[in-house]
Amino acid sequence: MKGRMISLGTAEGEAIVSKEPIGFYGGIDAKTGIVIEKGHELEGKCVKDKILVFPRGKGSTVGSYVIYGLKMNGVAPKAIINKETETIVATGVILAGIPCIDKIDIENIKTGDKLKVEADKGIVEKLK
Amino acid sequence: MYLTREEEFILNGEKGEVYEKVFRLLVRLGDIYGADKMIPVGSVQVAGVSYKSIGDPGRDFLEDFAEKGAKVKVLTFLNPAGMDMENWKELGFPKDFAENQIRIMNAFKKMGIVVTATCTPYLAGNLPRFGEHIAWSESSAVSFSNSVIGARTNREGGPSALAAALCGVTPNYGLHLDENRKPNIVINVGVELKCNSDFGALGYHVGKLVKNKIPYFKGIKDANTDNLKALGAAMAASGAVALYHAENLTPEAKIMETKGLENVDVTSKEIKETYEKLNTGKDADIVILGCPHASLREIATVAEKLRGKKLSKPLWICTSKAMKETATIMGYTDIIEKAGGKIVCDTCMVVSPIEKMGYKTTGVNSGKAANYLPGFCKQKVVFNNIDELIKGVL
Repeated sequence: MKGRMISLGTAEGEAIVSKEPIGFYGGIDAKTGIVIEKGHELEGKCVKDKILVFPRGKGSTVGSYVIYGLKMNGVAPKAIINKETETIVATGVILAGIPCIDKIDIENIKTGDKLKVEADKGIVEKLK
Repeated sequence: MYLTREEEFILNGEKGEVYEKVFRLLVRLGDIYGADKMIPVGSVQVAGVSYKSIGDPGRDFLEDFAEKGAKVKVLTFLNPAGMDMENWKELGFPKDFAENQIRIMNAFKKMGIVVTATCTPYLAGNLPRFGEHIAWSESSAVSFSNSVIGARTNREGGPSALAAALCGVTPNYGLHLDENRKPNIVINVGVELKCNSDFGALGYHVGKLVKNKIPYFKGIKDANTDNLKALGAAMAASGAVALYHAENLTPEAKIMETKGLENVDVTSKEIKETYEKLNTGKDADIVILGCPHASLREIATVAEKLRGKKLSKPLWICTSKAMKETATIMGYTDIIEKAGGKIVCDTCMVVSPIEKMGYKTTGVNSGKAANYLPGFCKQKVVFNNIDELIKGVL
């Protein structure tokens, strides 16, 4: 799958997929990497060391700092894949140095898929 | 996006990690919004200052940048912090909160940012000119500079404004371009607006109605800059209005075409309903004025009303240090303090932890504050004009 590089880097890992947008501020705990938004489809799941796949960010712009905080606290996802990266997520991943690609058909990715992300080339590959 | 050779160098890391990171951020945002190039900015206002909003991750990020030697290139001011930086103790701000807030301010200062924390930088020494490109963050300041001054800015997030300050440029898109500054809805105001709270109520109503459109107001007979500040702030809070035009009042209004646009009427009925809607409480425990930060004229007005009186409950007027200095020279601070009120600097009721200071119902004359206090600070709100609010706490 080919998309657009938002933030540089490469990563390999297991996908965790959300069909809903993610709001990082008040949505994910920066200390633990656990999704805390009530009623969110990923509520209670941890994003640490996963390839986090979701359509787009939502909510407060302070979310960018939460993404940065996840990285500093060692509980960040290895990479982020979006349908459309908006400013909150773009700002967060660039500041944190988390590889990120958008314009990917995320419907083709399932939780548990093994993925290789080469953000520099804008490529996501499924590993068998 | 077209980049100059110097910009390519920065992107390749030749000016170090910090600049590579923030410039990459500006380039990506430019790509996302279809910018053709970078444009120089005359000044910056950075949001994301209160420890209450940015927390430990924001504090650590800013300290890391300051430590690595990041320095701003243009005149840069800050949005309000979470407390009065000088008088936090006597105002009752918690100590651990204060320690973190002070660390954040020190990091900003190290980067060369003027640590005047205000949502009205244009009253405190950061005044752009008509048509100047700037990168400001706070939504009411963005509205005022775009609409009343005619400067040009998108609504920046904290980090993107900081990036613009460090690089001296911003991507050229959105409200920087002529074609995106045209109105797309006309608001016919058929009611006389008498005070800031009337303008705030109009703004709250229109913001809800038009969301992120650019409204063109007809029928507002007169308004001073305080009234326009109140109007813009409320619209940016209840909606996402970053620019408005008002016939005979704002500088770009006369060059804008309104033929063929959707028309909406606002009458005394809508204003009255807005007052009712915003009043979620009955008796205020505290009255807080100065959202956005009070001008000298607004402080003088309150001082006049409080002269020789005694308040039974706390009253704060939030403002910038610059305004307080002058208020003190003129004796306004003394009159207000003798009545039992306080002039509070560098912060405001929306970004400070008032809910942790024992207050449950806050009286305000600001449509913006009335919009945010229930959610951000768990407050019930009394929304009224200054005379009625003061009557309630005498």
